[in-house]
Formats: sequence, structure tokens, C-alpha cells
Amino acid sequence: MYGAADLAGVSRLQYTTEMRLIRVMCSGRVDLKHVLRAFSNGIDGVFIGGCRFDECNYTTHGNYHALNMVLLCRKIMEHTGLNPERLRFEVMSGSEGNLFAEVVNDFVKKVKELGPLGKGEGIDKNELQSKLAEITKLVPYIKLVKQEKLASRLVNLEDYDRLFTSEEVGSLLSQVPAYYIDPEKCQACGTCARRCPAEAIAGGKNLNHVIDQEKCIKCGTCFEACPPRFGAVRKIVGEPVPPPLPEEKRTIVRKKKEN
Amino acid sequence: MDRVEGEAGDFQVTLIKKPRYVNESKCTGCTTCVEYCPVVYPDQFNQEISKNKAIHIYFAQAIPLVTYIDESCLYLKEKKCRICEAVCKNDAIDFTQTPEKLEVKVGAIILAPGFAPFDPGLRKEYRYGEFANVVTSMDYERLLCATGPYEGEILRASDKKHPRKIAWVQCVGSRQVTPGGNSYCSAVCCTYAQKQVILTKDHDPHAECTIFHNDVRSYGKDFERYFQRTEKLPGVRFIRSYVSIVKEDPQTKNVTIRYTTPEEGVKEEEFEMVVLSVGLTPPADFQDLAGKFGIELNAHGFCKTNPANPMETSRPGIFVSGAFQGPVDIPESVFSASGAGSQCGELLAYRRGKLARERIYPPERDVSGEEPRIGVFVCHCGANIGRVVDVPSAVEYALTLPHVVYAQEQLFSCATNAAKEITDMIKEKGLNRVVVAACSPRTLEPLFRDTLREAGINQYYFEMANIREHCSWVHAKEKEEATRKAKDIIRMSVARALHLEPLREFELPVHKAALVVGGGLAGLTCALSIANQGHEVHLVEKEKELGGMARKIHSTLEGLDVQAYLRELIRKVDQHPLIHVYTGATITEAAGYVGNFVTRVESEKGVTEIKHGAAIIATGAEVYRPTEYLYGADDRVMTHLELEERIAKGEVPNVRSLVMIQCVGCRNEDRNYCSRVCCSESIKNALKLKELNPQMEIYILFRDIRTYGFKEDYYREAAGKEVRFIRYEPDDPPRVEAAEDEEGRPVLRVTVTDPVLGQKLAIDADLIALAAAVVPAAGTREVAGLFKVNLSPDGFFKEAHVKLRPVEFATDGVYLCGMAHYPKFIPETINQAYGAAGRALTLLSREAVTASGSVCEVNEQKCMGCGACSAVCAYGAIEFRETRRGKKAVVNPVLCKGDGLCNAKCPTGAIQLKHFTDEEILSQIDALVWAEDRQLAAVAVR
Repeated sequence: MYGAADLAGVSRLQYTTEMRLIRVMCSGRVDLKHVLRAFSNGIDGVFIGGCRFDECNYTTHGNYHALNMVLLCRKIMEHTGLNPERLRFEVMSGSEGNLFAEVVNDFVKKVKELGPLGKGEGIDKNELQSKLAEITKLVPYIKLVKQEKLASRLVNLEDYDRLFTSEEVGSLLSQVPAYYIDPEKCQACGTCARRCPAEAIAGGKNLNHVIDQEKCIKCGTCFEACPPRFGAVRKIVGEPVPPPLPEEKRTIVRKKKEN
Repeated sequence: MDRVEGEAGDFQVTLIKKPRYVNESKCTGCTTCVEYCPVVYPDQFNQEISKNKAIHIYFAQAIPLVTYIDESCLYLKEKKCRICEAVCKNDAIDFTQTPEKLEVKVGAIILAPGFAPFDPGLRKEYRYGEFANVVTSMDYERLLCATGPYEGEILRASDKKHPRKIAWVQCVGSRQVTPGGNSYCSAVCCTYAQKQVILTKDHDPHAECTIFHNDVRSYGKDFERYFQRTEKLPGVRFIRSYVSIVKEDPQTKNVTIRYTTPEEGVKEEEFEMVVLSVGLTPPADFQDLAGKFGIELNAHGFCKTNPANPMETSRPGIFVSGAFQGPVDIPESVFSASGAGSQCGELLAYRRGKLARERIYPPERDVSGEEPRIGVFVCHCGANIGRVVDVPSAVEYALTLPHVVYAQEQLFSCATNAAKEITDMIKEKGLNRVVVAACSPRTLEPLFRDTLREAGINQYYFEMANIREHCSWVHAKEKEEATRKAKDIIRMSVARALHLEPLREFELPVHKAALVVGGGLAGLTCALSIANQGHEVHLVEKEKELGGMARKIHSTLEGLDVQAYLRELIRKVDQHPLIHVYTGATITEAAGYVGNFVTRVESEKGVTEIKHGAAIIATGAEVYRPTEYLYGADDRVMTHLELEERIAKGEVPNVRSLVMIQCVGCRNEDRNYCSRVCCSESIKNALKLKELNPQMEIYILFRDIRTYGFKEDYYREAAGKEVRFIRYEPDDPPRVEAAEDEEGRPVLRVTVTDPVLGQKLAIDADLIALAAAVVPAAGTREVAGLFKVNLSPDGFFKEAHVKLRPVEFATDGVYLCGMAHYPKFIPETINQAYGAAGRALTLLSREAVTASGSVCEVNEQKCMGCGACSAVCAYGAIEFRETRRGKKAVVNPVLCKGDGLCNAKCPTGAIQLKHFTDEEILSQIDALVWAEDRQLAAVAVR
């Protein structure tokens, strides 16, 4: 695709000036959070270009992964109230400079029709910002839950229309779990804090461990790591998370062993 | 090429270099001169369909990508003009150039002059050049191409309209014994015509495509499936018929073709365009070429080669590769290209590395403690950028960006003096990061990285802002907007530069031995070639004896005595001090990676642990054991190989009649491929039998005769010797039953529908030979698992790229040759075996493999061990290690190819692709909106 953009230049094909390109080595490198960041920054449209399907430069076929990510993101956009047309994925080979110019013109035209981001959809700027910030925080969770689908490669391109559904994304975003450490059960063994990839668990020797809900990425590592004999970590869906113990009350009072 | 003197190991070659009238070292490929050149001339590369200028770049991917002036130039013809000289800002035009004589001393020569497409103008009946809408497949190829005469639009010459109804006429200049034609099959036209049909349907789904053919020769790997895919497209017809091109409608310029079908007899049909599938002929100057190099040609004008070594010409030290061997497809060309390279290597092994010089760079400055100091160099590219983008204002703007301590403009950043300027400024201003705003990083990034190294700065501290291809060239009329865009691009690059990290390209030593799996013809040939270049080879064979399938083959169609050749080859392998042979062997374990494999082999020698840098898979193939046509139930039914065995043993069946049945066990649902060799194998046996017993009646019942290339001549010979060829359709295969003939003699009665008469035909045969399929060897799957390589849908090994990398696997350091790849003839196997040796040598001859700096790395703290990364890594570069903090991913940087899929999948951002980290990409995205609020679209592009 970058080659096609170069060739459009070499062939002096004129196209509209609104696009800015960022180069990556494979379209599969483009992360959901990159797209969300662009929209959070008020960019009106995001375009991802990859090689033609089954003409992978690597042997990884990352363009299918990019397609999966885009389809998921479009559903998320829909859910947020953004027009999914603002995100487009196209494939082309390095020899298709003419196609590149055509597609850029078409995409920019479309985005202009949609109007400025948010305004076009009638969403308040601040509301949109906070919605996008919320979803950006959920990216680790989304990637985890949809791990398999994001890495899938379907044989028929038509089947991609059904890869992600609105209901699926709706329930994905409405049933976000929270993790909570039950102070009654926590034995302050430190396993969860050690394992937490987000360093979101505070605790110490003989101190009840507490999850910082702001930092938590909802990966569930603590839930898996907590020794079954304690079973202190709870997964909470659809209910408020109990407030953390005040710091001064976190010391664990152990029962003395009975002789 | 003027002259060759001397002998193998010591040639002196005189070359005449034609003047290009452009100084290659000064021309930057900016093509301003092309714009101004007043001479409009038919574009040679686009088959003269569109126009070009007297000064031009040959084609978009030409190397070097610089201009030259051809003989249509006004100044060269009439001493007028010289406009190009005036507009070139780099003084690259040089009309004083004259032909230059060069003398080079070389040890070996490879001839790779390719082929010339058949010129249908030689035969009036094709009406090429007479009817406007009759084109050759080469013309059509350019029409299809996005860089072609109409930017990928298929247009008719007569009215520049899209043709909807298109006919392909196959075998133009091939399979013809009439004067002006060629008797051989050009081997590639069936499949390229299918490709053109598929692309045509891509362009216009309503196009009606008709292919007139004689046989569809889909003998290559995956070709059968490709044919089926083409055939199934709506509006596509394959018609088996000779055709004549009858007339052109004076108004519409449509072309009428006359053909015959069994159902309707002679028919005439009008087409909007006719494509002549022209064949392959020797290169234009083949006789002159042969004379100058002192080599012999074959009867067709291609290079005469040794039947046991198709890359060897009649003159020692001169090798041939590609289509000068004869008509071949791309993979076979690549086999012989690498293979000829390997043979040169054998000849010149004693001199390897003698001419290599190592570049010494100054020591790298450690800038990790420094504040970022960014230098920005904005290139005018002559006028290419400068006349659209306001370069001085871009420089001024760059200076306002954070951490930019220096900025300047340059006329040509890629010129040698400009590079010097950059290194000087790095030193003078203490720069530790450099942004060059110029052209595409795809061409010149390596050059600028080198410039940084020369200045003692880590090369990954370089960033390129593409303000030519992506800006000035595509917004030529919108100077203000283009300047704003250029500034945005520079700002984004500066933002990224801020986050760049110095990266190490570290090296891992290569264990300079090879493991060859399989001791058949492919494995033996490959092992010997590697060992002859001074490397140890471990040759592993599962049987007790070497030789593989070749032990059952006694001669080739071309007359090679296979057994004698094989004996000699095995003797050489056995006696070679560097080759260790393990027979009766199985591989129980294979670990490691490119340059450093460790494989355990259990053999007659006991258990051996072999360390090797490269592995070559040459495990061969097997013959299908038929269940059809009474095979196994009646002794008179045998496979073609069993027949060959009997002929070789002198047990020539003194029988009246023999029937051969083709396509037994393949080209069906179970095995959807063509076994490639069986048509020729049957014809070889038939010719041998006819020689021994001319009275014998031989019938070959076939679906398509696929004697591609020069093998077509033997097909014709067999037909001439009254071997009877009868076509059958797959849904109406021959039937075989035991019966008695009129004399009461026990026979095998073969019933088949004669396609010409449309009637059932009964043949009383004394013997039946079945052309049994070639099937993947038992154990193929296990070997694939051990070496972490893939299989194709048909169960043969899957190469890295079907056309361009046919002797390698996607897994580095593992190579492929012989029938393990796909059924093939002995000469093809030898080509590929040398080819695999050549590829292995490029690895083994190095001291170390270098891993790119741009690979993935794991932050262990952040890794949650979920496995999302390793699930998408096709290179097996990610493994998991147990730690006290749980399972953590580890990247082997040697195997990582830097595509970054894992990075996009990682929930926590623990794995990062260096040089394309989230931080780096996000900084570019953030930099996009620093400027005033306006509509923008961001793009991420491969």
C-alpha cells in the first residue's frame, strides 16, 4: 500500500490533500488503540491500507488481522454513535497507484460528507471525548475477550460481514467485569500483586490487597492467580464494586493457631 | 558483450557499454527532464501502445531508477534541442558520453538472456498488425497492468473502449511444425492465459472470456486448481479447437474467429478483442550470442545443455539459467538461477570472499544521556519538491518544533556532497537524531542510515518525511496546501524522531554445516554441491541404500542413462570427505533455528546429535498404488514404473497390444493436482517399446497430453510411430475387464469412448500400464512438524513463495528440493537441488546471521502470559517461559521478522515492535493535530 502511494506520486496522479500517512511495516500492526487515539484527537477519518489478500509480504497475512480489527472497531464506533464509515480498510498492491489515488479521493469525499467528527453525528464534543476515553481504557479487555476472532482468517471474504455483530459488541461493552479482592478472604500472599501486568494492586506484608479500579485493565490475571484455597478475587459484572477498605483498616488480623 | 577469452576459472570478457547520456551517479531519478523533453515516442516497455519521451526511465521499477536517452533524441539525431541539459539541476545530462569498452576478469559465466516472445507478425494468418483489435498476450499483459499504457484500463486500439467479449488463441508460435512456427510447447501460455482471464474478470465482472486451446497443460504446482478456478468463473469458456482468424468488421473493428466443436461443427463467432497467446522463442540474437560465448545450441536455438546437468553448457565454466534452457516458468527459472550460482561457487570455492571488503564505521556515540537534538534537512529534489512546496518556509517551520536545533534546505539530499553536509552538521551541531524530508523511505532510507553511521550515530535515529511521492508530486497545483501538508509531515516525523531508540543489529554465529534430509537424486546432488564448496554435509536417508526413486528409473526421454549417472553420483558422495551419510535413519528431534540447528538422528551408526546451520528437505515422493483398473488383481496390469522396470530388465513383453491409461489416482477429488511427469513417462515407454517391437499396438488413453517444453517433440514422434492417443473424459473413464478375444486368447478388454466418433471402442490388450500418480512421501507430515515448515493442500511441502522463492521455506535456514516440493523430472530436480544448495550456501558462507534491530521485545512485568502474541506469530519467534511471576513471553530476535502483529494483539502492550512502538506511532498520531483544527484523515499504511 505504501508502495501504491509512492507509485501514485511517481505517476503524478493528483489527489486531494487532506490525508496524512503513517508508515507501518504491516497493516496488522495497526492497533485498535491507534484508531481510537486518532478519533479522540478529533481526526475525522481513519484509513488503513494493506496488501492484497493472500499476497502477504511476510507469511503472516496480517491484512486479515487488520480487517478483523477494523470490523470490530466499526461496530464499536456504531455503539459510540460515530459513523463507522469514518474508518475504512482497503487492500491494494504496490503497482496500483491509480487505485490509491482513487480510494483517497473517495474516502475524503465521504468523510467530508459526514462532516466534522461528532458534529456530523450530533454528539457533543465532550461527551464523545469521554466515551472514547472510556473505550480506550477497555482496549486490553476487548483484545482479550475477542482474541480469537481478531486473529482469525476466514476463507470467504463474504463471511466477514458477520464476524462481529452489533449485539455482540453491545454486550461486550455493557458487561465489562470488575475485579475485587474480598478483604475477608485475602491473606496478603502477594501473588496477585506480583502477577498484575498493570501494577494496579496495592498491598504488602499483612496488608489487605486492593485493586486500583482506575489502573485495572480487567485482564483477570489476579482472578486466575489467587490461590484457590483463598479464592479472594471476585469477578463482578453488572453491579457496583464495593469501595476499597480505607488504608488504615487494611492490616490483617490473623487468628492465632490453636494448639 | 563483445568477446570472451580464456577458460573456466580465468575468463577475460570484453563488454561494450552503450552510452546512456545521463550520468548515473548524478541523476536522482527526479524526471523533470522527461517532462520537458519534446520528443514523443512509442513506449518500448508498454509494447508501443502508449507514448514516452526520448529521455525516460525504462519502467517504474527499473534499477537503477534513473533516466536514459534513446536514439529518438533530437540532439542525437539532428544536434538540436538539449532542453534536458538545461532543466537538469544536478548536471546529470552528458551528451559527450561514447560507447565504453570494459574488460572484466571472471572465473565463471552465467548466461541468463531470457527469451523473446514469438512474433505473430511473421505469420500472416494471425492478422497481427493488420486487425487493430488483435493483440499479443504481451500487449495484453501491459494493458492489464496499473503502470501500463492506460493505467490498468483494458482498452481496444480501434476505439479506446473496453472490450467485453474477448478470445484467447493458444499455441501461437508453439506446437506447430509448419514453417515459421515452433514444434515445442512453450510451457507457460496455458496458465498465463488463465491468469489474464482472472484479471480481466477482476476488471470487468461481465467480461466474456473464451480460450481456444489444444490441451490445457496445468502441470505445475497448484495449476490444476487455478485452471478450475478460471473455468468456474461465469462467462468463461474453454473450447478445444484450432481456430482461424477470419475477418474484421469494417465498422465495429470486431474480429471473427472460425472454430469447430464436436457438437456444432464449424462455427464463426465475433469477438471485440482477440489475444494471441504467443509462445517463447530463443533470445533475438541467439546465434550471435552462441558464437561469442563459444557454446552450442539445440535444434530449437536454445542453449544445448548436458542431460545430467541442465545448467551446464557445452563450454566448461559457462552456465545457463532461466528460459535460455528452454521454455520454463518462473519457479524453474529461479531453480536454475540459484543452481547456476551454486555451480559457479563449486568452481570458484577456493576464491570465496577474496574480493570482499569490510566497511569500517567510526565508533558509535552514546547519546542516551543527551537531550534530543534533532536536525531537519529539507530537500528540494531539484525542482521536484521545491517548485510545489515552499522549502524555505518548511525549514523555518521545522526550527520552531520542539528539540529541533538545526534545519537547512538541500538541493538533492541524496547527492554525495549532501550526505557529507549531513555528517558534518551532525558533528558540528551535536545532532543526535536526523529527519530528512525528501522522497520515499522505500528507496533511500538505507543510504541515509548509512550516513548516520558514518557520523557515529545509531542508524535507527533516522526518520524520513516523504514530501515528494506523498506530497509535491500528487498536489502539484495546490502549492499552499502542499506546503501545509509538507509541514505536517515534517512535524509528525520530528515527533516520531523524539521517541526513536538506538537499536542493535546483533549477530549470531552460523554453524557452517548442512543437514540434507533424503538421499535421492535431489538430496545427493544438493549434498555434493554444498560439500564441494567446503562445507560439511550430513546426509540422512531412511532406506538402507541411497538413490531414492531414481533407482526405479532407467532412462529419461532425452536419453540419459539414469542408473549409470546415479551410481557415479553415489560414488562421489560416498567418497567425499566432507559428506557423512546416515542410512536406515530416522530423525527423532530437531531443534534450533537458522544458523544453529541441532538434530538427533537414529541410524545404522547409532544415535547422533548433529549441529548444523542449514537444513535441506529432499524427502522425495512415492508412486500411488492404484485400486483402479484391476491393478493388484490381475498381473497383466502394472504401473508405468513397473513397465519401465520390465523393459529395462529385458523382459520386453512380446505382446500384440498394450494400453496405457493416464491420470490414475490424481486430477480427481482425492488428489486435485496433475502429477506432471506421467504423460512423458508413458510416451518414453511407448517409444522404447516401439523401438524394440515396431509391430506392437500401443494405445495411450489420456485426458490432456501435457508434454510441455521440448517434450512435445517426443509426443509428436510417438504419434508418428502410430502410438494411438485416445482422449477420455473424467466422467466417462475407460473400463477394464478380463475377457477372451476372437481367437479365444485371454485378454484385458478396455472399453473407452472415442471422442471423435462418439462411439464406444473396445480394445483387446495383453498388458495395461497405469500412469499412477506421484504422491507425497510417507512421513512428510512428520518431517514438516520437526522442522516447523508447512505443507500445501496436496500434501507436498509448501515453499516460501510459489514463484519467487521456490527452494526456500518461510522458516529461515530450511530449504527444499526435488519431488518433496512437487512431482518433477530429473533435470528439474537437478536444477532445484543445485538451487537449494545455492541458497544454503549464501547462509553457510557467512560467519553470522544478522538480526534486524526492528524486532519485538517483551516487557516481562507487563506480560500476562495470555498467548495472544505467539498465536499470531507465523515465524514461531515467541516462546513462553515459566517465571515466579507466571508464564512470560520471550522473543527470539533472530526469528522475528518485525511485522508487529503480536504488538497489535497484546492486551497490555507488553510486547513492542521496536522502531514501530506504540509510543512512536501514537506520537505521530498526536502530532497530526498540533496545527489548527481542520478536517484530516490519518492513514496507516504498509
